[in-house]
Amino acid sequence: MTHLHLAVALDGTGWHPASWREPGARPGDVFTAGYWTGLVREAERAALDLVTLEDALGPQSSVPLAFDHRTDQVRGRLDAVLIAARVAPETTHVGIVPTTSTTHTEPFHVGIGIASLDFVSRGRAGWRPQISARAAEAAHFGRRVLPELTPADFGAPETEALVAGLLTEAGDHVEVVRRLWDSWEDDAEIRDAATGRFLDRDKLHYIDFAGEQFSVRGPSITPRPPQGQPLVTALAHSAPIYRFAARGADVVFVTPHSRDEAASIIGEIRAAEAETGRTGAPLAVLGDLVVFLDDEPGAAAARLARLDRVDPLASDAEVFAGTPAELADLLLDRSAAGLAGFRLRPGVLPHDLTAIADGLVPELRRRGAFRDAYAEDTLRARFGLPRPANRYAAAP
Amino acid sequence: MPRQIHLAAHFPGVNNTTVWSDPRSGSQIDFASFVHLARTAERAKFDFFFLAEGLRLRELKGRIHDLDVAGRPESLTVLSALAAVTTRLGLAATVNSTFNEPYEVARRLASLDHLSGGRAAWNVVTSYDAFTGENFRRGGFLDEADRYTRAAEFLQTARELWDSWTDRDLLADPAAGQFVREGAGEFAHHGRHFDIHGRFATPRGPQGHPVIIQAGDSEEGREFAARDADVIFSRHSTLEDGRAFYKDVKSRLAKYGRRSEDLKILPAVTYVLGDTDADAAERAAEIRRAQVSPQTAIAFLEAVWGRDLSGYDPDGPLPDVEPDLGEGVSKGRAQFRGDRAATVRQWRALAGERGLSIRDLAIETTARQTFVGTARTVADRIDEFVQTDAADGFIFVPHLTPGGLDDLAEHVVPLLQEKGVFRADYTGPTLRDHLGLGPARTAEETS
Ligand SMILES: Cc1cc2nc3c(=O)[nH]c(=O)nc-3n(C[C@H](O)[C@H](O)[C@H](O)COP(=O)(O)O)c2cc1C
Repeated sequence: MTHLHLAVALDGTGWHPASWREPGARPGDVFTAGYWTGLVREAERAALDLVTLEDALGPQSSVPLAFDHRTDQVRGRLDAVLIAARVAPETTHVGIVPTTSTTHTEPFHVGIGIASLDFVSRGRAGWRPQISARAAEAAHFGRRVLPELTPADFGAPETEALVAGLLTEAGDHVEVVRRLWDSWEDDAEIRDAATGRFLDRDKLHYIDFAGEQFSVRGPSITPRPPQGQPLVTALAHSAPIYRFAARGADVVFVTPHSRDEAASIIGEIRAAEAETGRTGAPLAVLGDLVVFLDDEPGAAAARLARLDRVDPLASDAEVFAGTPAELADLLLDRSAAGLAGFRLRPGVLPHDLTAIADGLVPELRRRGAFRDAYAEDTLRARFGLPRPANRYAAAP
Repeated sequence: MPRQIHLAAHFPGVNNTTVWSDPRSGSQIDFASFVHLARTAERAKFDFFFLAEGLRLRELKGRIHDLDVAGRPESLTVLSALAAVTTRLGLAATVNSTFNEPYEVARRLASLDHLSGGRAAWNVVTSYDAFTGENFRRGGFLDEADRYTRAAEFLQTARELWDSWTDRDLLADPAAGQFVREGAGEFAHHGRHFDIHGRFATPRGPQGHPVIIQAGDSEEGREFAARDADVIFSRHSTLEDGRAFYKDVKSRLAKYGRRSEDLKILPAVTYVLGDTDADAAERAAEIRRAQVSPQTAIAFLEAVWGRDLSGYDPDGPLPDVEPDLGEGVSKGRAQFRGDRAATVRQWRALAGERGLSIRDLAIETTARQTFVGTARTVADRIDEFVQTDAADGFIFVPHLTPGGLDDLAEHVVPLLQEKGVFRADYTGPTLRDHLGLGPARTAEETS
């Protein structure tokens, strides 16, 4: 049996809005380094593939595309790239995948930030580019005005056009970042004392990208990172985003609610790959699940119900509450549809992360479905991806 | 008690003082190099570790400049990683105010302040020229006059964002069911460069505001520093020059209601140690030659002459052709923003008077070790500068990566500690504590 890929998505005190009120939660610590280091080390103890770190250029909200002004849920975050960098020296194997916004940031800054994360983590950096369509976030930057959207606008042609525009820009953003990573050939630094040259300028490349929203000249100021190209991931719920992922990502997170739905999403993704003319390795597709895990049958469901009475959970991804063995059953069943693995979103931290490490992972190992220890050195290699050739290097 | 000295370390990566041809010179990009230098600085109880920034590779004559060390990481990312391997050392990032937006920079700096337990600093720089703008979304560039108005408004906006949370806004109180206080993070800034409003989503860091560093030297730059900065990173590293600069800048503080000790002036300096003063001087001369290779010397002159001088002998006399005062051939560099014709006249006179070759002249006018001598001589010199109002301390720019600070830490710092002019240990957890600064001024106080 091939091994599953297992990722864990870290966000605040967990994905349940009432998680921060649980007895084991440390809501006062979410702005400290120790909090994040502890969680990422826990993921590494379980030999998980990677952790993702959520982020946005504005506060969390219980309603889509607007601020809710609530004070009774976790609000506030630290920059995900900086959290990733802060935990990197305190871990050795786990992949670290921060989220950034493609809508309001400079691709040049993001590209050198993720490359630098790859240097400080020695080849374990990933990246999750994400668009931001919230009008309120745009007002934090003042460079463009986005319309205020409500759920009633979803599906409307103007909304779709807006998202399509943001996705085109995001696609350009990813393209620029990837070109910047290649803009130094691996052996551009020569230190040739005889000629006094530190660099071989023939191995540095202007990327000369010109798109609708921006143009970038290059080359990067940061040499090509250890992985050559850090692992690019995307979370996708619909065809336009499948196409975005097919164009620019290596791994895609999706949200099926059944085995059949998983199969049909994978079909859509393969179609998107064909449509966008993707070459190279196909996207690795990981299914997202929000998980509540307890050893005793019924305990997780009871816990979820108790939490929901305080503040109900609304989720794009399927919500699982059960025992580690039941979750293992579900994952193996879903993976038969063609999912390469899963990104689990712990409902409550650290409780459900610990249950993944101490319950789910041993259970999957017993069934021969998960590795005993880390084998590969880089995050790309863990996904079977080679260190890519540099697009600018002259063919040998 | 004698005046206490402040010391900081500049990472000697991309810098024309770096001697990359030395066999002991290591990587300027591997994380291990950053760890080595930062840990050395922390062992020596330095105030902070400093990273410069340059957002485009330099060019000469329309091509990438291949003689200088190049290749550096994104500053805040590396400093956040260094926060994991140090415990007290301040972590200073240079972040340009022309090619960034306040919301993002303010949240990243506040994040670093949280993740380092109150050790973040921000060197607010503007930018030399439009060249760098080609790497950015806004693409264009600001006129020289607008760069400092944007920088000042940028910093003021960042302060407003940091102040949008008070220390009491994070409640995280499950019993009361309240995570944040109503209104935490609300801000609105309506100004010339920034018209923004909403919610700042990162709570105030341990220092309130990161330490603010300023590095420009013009009239506007000095005024900006006097009004807004906690530290000046200066180039005035000789005793006379340092005193004049010190006096000028410190005299500007009063009109902003600030005291002399509220702004620390730290010139960038290099150093060479030896067993005797003569031995150190000899080593210093060798290092100068290594810093300025024959090719570097020609490139150095080309930047000022504005033309191809590759046919000239670096060991021969200065070019007999007149400079081309057109557009200039050097991009992404700080030097020679001034009058190039005057510089050439001055150099010709200097070279004639002293019989200098092209390379001699380049050595004479660029790479300069400020402190050369035995550890005792250097410690005494450093102390003299500080006790006589030429500086509040120094930012050391070693010529070797990453071991270039080792001997300073080992031999000079203990002498300063013996003299009672430098701390034997950190007295507080934050960079503001190391610098002896009071609490951050609020946005209201600085507006
Ligand atoms: C000692 C010193 C260090 C500087 N370091 C940087 C740097 O790392 N990155 C940068 O973009 N600019 C740097 N600058 C440039 C300044 O921010 C500023 O753009 C330049 O000095 C022009 O401003 P001025 O006219 O006030 O001198 C530095 C300037 C000085 C004096």
